[in-house]
Amino acid sequence: MSVRATDRACDAPLIGLSSLDELWFQVAGTRCNLQCAHCFISCSPHNKTYDFLTLDDVLRGLEAGQRYGVREYYFTGGEPFLHPQLVAMLKATLEVGPATVLTNATVLKPEWLEELAAAEQGSPYSLEFRVSLDGPCPEINDPIRGAGTFDRAMVGVRRLVEAGFLPIITMTRTWDMEQDTEIVARFREVLAQQAGYTRARLKILPRLQIGAEARRTCGYRPSERVTAEMLEGFDRSHLLCDHARVITDRGVAVCPILLDFPDALLGRDLDEAVEQPFALCHGACYTCYLHGAICSNPAVAGTRRGASAGQSDPATDHPAS
Amino acid sequence: MRLALFGGVYNNYLALRAAIADAKRRGVDGMYCLGDLGAFGPHPDRTIELIREFSIPCVQGNYDHSIGHELSDCQCGYTDPRDNYFAQISFDYTLSNTSAENRAFLRTLPPEIRLNVHGRRVLLCHGSPRRTNEFLWESTTSTAFLERLAEEHAADAIFATHTGLHWQRGLSGGRLFANVGVLGRPANDGTTRVWYAVAEFSEHGRVEDGPVCTVDFVPIEYDHRRLAREMRAEGLPEEFVETILTGWWTTCMEILPAKERRRGRY
Repeated sequence: MSVRATDRACDAPLIGLSSLDELWFQVAGTRCNLQCAHCFISCSPHNKTYDFLTLDDVLRGLEAGQRYGVREYYFTGGEPFLHPQLVAMLKATLEVGPATVLTNATVLKPEWLEELAAAEQGSPYSLEFRVSLDGPCPEINDPIRGAGTFDRAMVGVRRLVEAGFLPIITMTRTWDMEQDTEIVARFREVLAQQAGYTRARLKILPRLQIGAEARRTCGYRPSERVTAEMLEGFDRSHLLCDHARVITDRGVAVCPILLDFPDALLGRDLDEAVEQPFALCHGACYTCYLHGAICSNPAVAGTRRGASAGQSDPATDHPAS
Repeated sequence: MRLALFGGVYNNYLALRAAIADAKRRGVDGMYCLGDLGAFGPHPDRTIELIREFSIPCVQGNYDHSIGHELSDCQCGYTDPRDNYFAQISFDYTLSNTSAENRAFLRTLPPEIRLNVHGRRVLLCHGSPRRTNEFLWESTTSTAFLERLAEEHAADAIFATHTGLHWQRGLSGGRLFANVGVLGRPANDGTTRVWYAVAEFSEHGRVEDGPVCTVDFVPIEYDHRRLAREMRAEGLPEEFVETILTGWWTTCMEILPAKERRRGRY
């Protein structure tokens, strides 16, 4: 059992779960066919810090999720599609709620996508694909994600589009923010030309300076932390830990970002983990605070009634594209 | 007992006028509005004056809160830069064209309205019972989540708007959730119609006997060409005008989940 947030020598503000809206499955653990230079949990083909979940783990999670009135389910890793039962898991999920899967799109098989498209059609719920692609060309993407990964991911995006999906392309910003507009425009062009994706949905993510990324560039400065003052008047629903938990093979974690830190594991099961508050003592918590809702699909962002009305929102303070 | 439930009007006073006339023709027993009187369309005061003229009880949407308190943005909850860019154009236009008296009126609107209809607990809210700008889309809202909302907010029927798309789902014990859609812009379906809802409550039933009420979504035709002309005359973006004339959303749609997005053109 990990050190609990409340027992630790850390004066960071505590945040409790206000509502279990999202349930995440660390379905592939830390295993990935790629080894990205900026991975915040250093996933690789050999990293077994976290292992696969079983189909049974997921089915039990869905059962508990319904008990808690979970709104949406997320599947991540590692690369979820390395799991031989992922398709079955997603199909089971679509019977009870919306599902999102975070993938690098390099191992997608057309027959899986056909099966999933049929399952989504028969469900009232959306199946969202979030595809990680870190630049509109191999020159930007491949140094981060590995040689040849840009072209392989574009094949995956094309397969998704051909199966009728509208994947959300998520890109980690490894360029200056001023270049966002230009990068996004290039992405739209390239996705249309190379993947036949003409109505691309794009989401820019900040870097998380932990794991492999801390070694690639640098970690957080000690001053880059969330303080109690910063939370005054702040809309906590921008923080995933306010409304989500992650089921892993080693217990239930506070968020999918901090898995390498022992304090991230809040309990053996969901019932235990929903009761545990979390101390926002990591540099990555600071990024989450600044950018907000980085792990969620756009659809869940929002402001609680009466909270911070009219306050400027760091997640949305960008110029128009 | 039949209630007409209007969603976001977004300054579309022509559609609101048509919907009021339609509801009166149907002989409904009451009319309610779920908020967001402003945005998107022209001449914000005209919508507010209709609401006041017909004494239509109205929930305070995020837009009404922002305009009433002269905030810097609409609090719509968008996360995409392009969505926010267009949202800001609407907001700045609406704020500078809403009279002080009507801004004061918007400040008086309640965050929710509760009704007791034949013993059934009816909750009218804007986004969701817990968050004014929460988007409750059909394809990203699990039934278990709606059951929790109904339980936690002690309601047999919950009505919301905010997303722009109408849908409904039956819950356990005859309870029900419905998003009544909006009068402000078409439902991204390639037609120029806009929508409201009529909820019919039977008089002597109990919750155990079946659905709390039945909900019919009503399409409204209105003079959308006139609205488009007025929007152009007010210098509102051509992207907004296109939506009114074609029925396809062109802005503020990155927030759409996959299923809802696929049904549109863009």
